[in-house]
Amino acid sequence: MSESIDQIFVSGKQWLLSWLPGAPSWVIQIASSLINIFALLAVFLTLFALMSVLERKILGRIQNRYGPNRVGPFGLFQPIADGIKMLIKEDIVPARADKIVHFLAPVLIAATAILALGIIPYGRNMTPFTIDGGILFFFAVGSATELTVFMAGWGSNNKFSMLGAMRAIAQMISYELPLIITVLPVVMIVGSLTPESIVAAQNGYAFGFVPRWFVFTPWGAAAFILFFVSGLVESNRTPFDVPEGESEIVAGHMTEYSGFKYATFFLAEYLGMFAVSGIGVTLFLGGWHAPLGILEFIPSYIWFFAKLSILLFVYVWARGTLPRIRVDQMMNFAWKFMLPMSFTCIIAAGVWHYAGRGLRGWLWSFAVIAAVYFTLSILLDTRRKFAPRTYRFAE
Amino acid sequence: MNNTAFVVIAILTLAGALAAATLQKLMHAALSFAVTFVGIAAFFFLLGAEFVGLVQVFVYIGAVAVLIVFTILLTRRDVEKDRGFTWTGVVVAVAVFGGLIWAILETQSLPMAAPEIPALTVKRIGEVLMTSYVWPLQCVGLLLTAALIGALILVMEEKQ
Repeated sequence: MSESIDQIFVSGKQWLLSWLPGAPSWVIQIASSLINIFALLAVFLTLFALMSVLERKILGRIQNRYGPNRVGPFGLFQPIADGIKMLIKEDIVPARADKIVHFLAPVLIAATAILALGIIPYGRNMTPFTIDGGILFFFAVGSATELTVFMAGWGSNNKFSMLGAMRAIAQMISYELPLIITVLPVVMIVGSLTPESIVAAQNGYAFGFVPRWFVFTPWGAAAFILFFVSGLVESNRTPFDVPEGESEIVAGHMTEYSGFKYATFFLAEYLGMFAVSGIGVTLFLGGWHAPLGILEFIPSYIWFFAKLSILLFVYVWARGTLPRIRVDQMMNFAWKFMLPMSFTCIIAAGVWHYAGRGLRGWLWSFAVIAAVYFTLSILLDTRRKFAPRTYRFAE
Repeated sequence: MNNTAFVVIAILTLAGALAAATLQKLMHAALSFAVTFVGIAAFFFLLGAEFVGLVQVFVYIGAVAVLIVFTILLTRRDVEKDRGFTWTGVVVAVAVFGGLIWAILETQSLPMAAPEIPALTVKRIGEVLMTSYVWPLQCVGLLLTAALIGALILVMEEKQ
């Protein structure tokens, strides 16, 4: 029974495809791909709408106020109101902006974000598109985002947009390195670039109750934290939202976009967030596996989206709690701290593998990571002594 | 199916390359160049070399295209004057084209059928890189390190 609920979407798709009995194989292929694409878009656009209102409500609760609560029960129909507002806004294009580039930039940003969602395994046998080098495809598509951000900044014919675009690209390029290098230990240990094999390598339980997810190993935990922080930066979220710093450069590369195009940028940012969280769940948190053996009757896609929701909640939590990081602090952090720690994760994964994958491997790899971490904290210390705080009051 | 895919990708690539060579605005030309890179990556996928296609997207679109675009942006002169039509350009273009066609037609291995190689997995690429091609790999690494250090020195000198 739980098997059939688990595979309900797969059997649903097979039933839909059975309506085309005698068609040639390429028609079946195209129909299958179209069904996958529609399902993916339906799920993630709904999730985007839900996330936009939930983020505002969670931010509101963190800031000790209610979020939007007028439009529906608990304000949950707010995205409908937002959507109508964005659609009927006047679309202003600057007179001397480059029309084609200005128009294409939001389209391409959203397109690359949607492409990245296609290779994530959402449940047992539920990957929209199985590509052999799935992880590499994800990062290749993500690296194409930089060009589209540049197009947005340049096409607006606005110095602030250009500055914002250059800062955004500098930030994204710097943090792409830790993002990709922290994935390398996982690929090394599993031996394959396919997301399905990475999820399959994380099944089973060590000692009977601890799942074999990679986040429960020292190199996996360190790599997951680094990957998560790099994901925060790649999607330009606070505390790393220098590109859209509202108090500094208006909206950076998105300044000259109004109405539906701005909503498209917003959509692309959220879809990028979903994609990075999805890959994080796949690589480190065991994909669609259940955390305890007795809970395996719950369908696999429920587990995937539950883990995804936890990661998205942490994203919103970080946004509500932390101030924005200065650009040079961010660059220092990326190149001086995150890059060496990412390389350490690779070494620690190798040590874990060769010391046997049990307790001994755990202790040795933990020792490697701790040694590098403490060395870095000593080397990167700015040696500033803090003086006692003095207060001056008006006399 | 393969033939139609080849024709469509070829048209896209050639259109991008033509646009890159003939467009008035330099930035548009650079962006059409990126479209050409996408076309070439699609060719790699069509030939079954998925890894190379993905690395093409990664390196060419993610890095080289961004580099070209930044260079144009930072060194652009406001007046983009049209060079006009010169006969030397035509002669050089025809000579290069003729040379490339001659070299391609003289290649020995073209008429032969491709030998049966096992499917090119990333594991096999890694194995070959570490055993047969380890010296080219190390040389490329040294080259990249030299380029990185050179870039750093250029930037640091300006600060002082």
